[in-house]
Amino acid sequence: MTRLLAALFGRLPIGWLQLGHNRMRMAAAVVGVAFANVLVMMQLGILGAIGGTVDRSYAPVRADILVSASDASTLSDGSPVARALMYRALAVPGVAGAAPLYVGRADWTRPDGTTAVLHVYGLLPEAAGFAGPAAAAGLPLLTRADTVLLDRRIRSVRPGSLPNFDARAPLEFELQGLRLSAVGSFEVGGGITADGALIASDQTFLRLFPRRIAGAPSHLLIDIAPGVDPAAVAAQVAAVLGRGLQLRPMAEAMAADRHYQITQRPVGVVFGFGVFIGLLVGLVIVYQVLSTDVADHLREYATFKAMGYPPRFFLSVIFEEALVLAVAGFVPGMALATLLYQILERASGLPVVMTPERPVLVFLGTVLACTISGALATRRLAAADPADLY
Amino acid sequence: MGDPIVISGLSHWFGAGEARKQALFDIDLRVARGSLTVLMGPSGSGKTTLLTLIGCLRDVQAGSVRLLGTELHGLAPPAQVRMRRRLGFIFQGHNLHEALSARQNVRMALGVQGRGDPRAQDRAAEHMLGLLGLAERVAYLPANLSGGQKQRVAIARALVANPEVVLADEPTAALDLDSGLNMVRLLRRLGRARGTTSVMVTHDPRILDLADRILTLEDGRLVGDRPGKGAEI
Repeated sequence: MTRLLAALFGRLPIGWLQLGHNRMRMAAAVVGVAFANVLVMMQLGILGAIGGTVDRSYAPVRADILVSASDASTLSDGSPVARALMYRALAVPGVAGAAPLYVGRADWTRPDGTTAVLHVYGLLPEAAGFAGPAAAAGLPLLTRADTVLLDRRIRSVRPGSLPNFDARAPLEFELQGLRLSAVGSFEVGGGITADGALIASDQTFLRLFPRRIAGAPSHLLIDIAPGVDPAAVAAQVAAVLGRGLQLRPMAEAMAADRHYQITQRPVGVVFGFGVFIGLLVGLVIVYQVLSTDVADHLREYATFKAMGYPPRFFLSVIFEEALVLAVAGFVPGMALATLLYQILERASGLPVVMTPERPVLVFLGTVLACTISGALATRRLAAADPADLY
Repeated sequence: MGDPIVISGLSHWFGAGEARKQALFDIDLRVARGSLTVLMGPSGSGKTTLLTLIGCLRDVQAGSVRLLGTELHGLAPPAQVRMRRRLGFIFQGHNLHEALSARQNVRMALGVQGRGDPRAQDRAAEHMLGLLGLAERVAYLPANLSGGQKQRVAIARALVANPEVVLADEPTAALDLDSGLNMVRLLRRLGRARGTTSVMVTHDPRILDLADRILTLEDGRLVGDRPGKGAEI
């Protein structure tokens, strides 16, 4: 390590040797930086999981364009859209198909007393092209009233506690006072606002939610014919449908939903603030260590000043220490965070996964925080006056 | 080539307002190249202030200090830093870096000069430590050295880069008789061989016998200037 740093800095790695000389202080600093790393990683992991749950919520459906009310920030909120608009859209040249999408939320109380909140999607059984890949095969089975497709990964439902079920041996259960038959399954899993999902036909959906009306679906799904310019068709559709609506490609709608969840919803803001706090904790810990270290070596620094070392030398020593602490704290922090991600994912059912770019981002943030701390700590160097040595 | 240290009309004050106190009064002094000059005087007489002014460790307020041909009065801080690289400082306290070995501490004086590769710097540091009787202690940390050994490492650090002027404050205070005399003899040898000029604050009577010149300061004034016995050697 000494040789590596000597080659990197082109001089004796005084910062590294200085930190290594006081091992207790270095250990405390490394633990502090690692702790801050874990804190930041966990917050980012949960923020990422929020984004992941948004993606999950869109998994049961697909379309080229999603038409929503202008106040709809997610699939499950906002005003409904007039179904009549769907027919206007279908009249636009280049539109290959359109279908209504109904979205609601229902509490499923199981016989054992446990309750799961389900996102309920209402789709036309004959519009299988608008079902996501996992649900497309099962959608035509929903022509019979009160049949549904049930999520296999509902949180709070132990894997294996549901019996095997399919069209020949459906699972009977009650939801919103209605007796339903699960004739097929798909996999989505839990999110922030629901524990799982359920897909029904539009008719079954309306029986589950009697206050909803067929003429006011939550969204409209539109497919563009192959070989035409999607943007041009979307513009034409927008002109035909009139004001008060959002027409977005599905990917754009998902991105906007993720952004909304992370920046507007309290849960996203809280964890975003947690990232800031984590960085602040790391910054304060490193500043404390480095400024104490500078204070403890003022006479040595004053001696080096007397010998003719310029101010940039002292800055480089402090930054060397900051870099050492950033690296030494990052490695255990990263390892611990990866382990905690797995535990949290298992416990919450949320998609808490370590993305490839996150360690890079956190490492750069750690180096930046340590560098800022180092820069603040160098202010104490002014007290190292070589004239005081005599 | 002229004298390396030429001082004229040098005065210096500490503090401001009513607390302002004059420490040096109109000092005139020339120090010859290769000589060993001892500064004597009671505590508070201005010896250390004079040493720090010669060593670019304080700004010259009034008068002139020409060091190695450069006027220090009004010299910009970066130029002061560069000038200090041509000097060797020996402090009363050793001020060794606790995390660096004896060899690494001495190497620091070569590192600032940018001279040689690390291995050459190590060899030069070991050679100088050997001259001061520390060949077996080059890899020791200061915590594992005696007070005298630490002081000898500090002396090696001051001399290893072949400074043109050595400024020392009570350098033999922590040394036993033999080590103290060896150190001063080394300074004398460097003076004769390389023209290294040494100015030393000391009360050690053993050193006086080896000095070329003995200056006495009292209350900030130069009141004595006589040749030492070293001049006769």
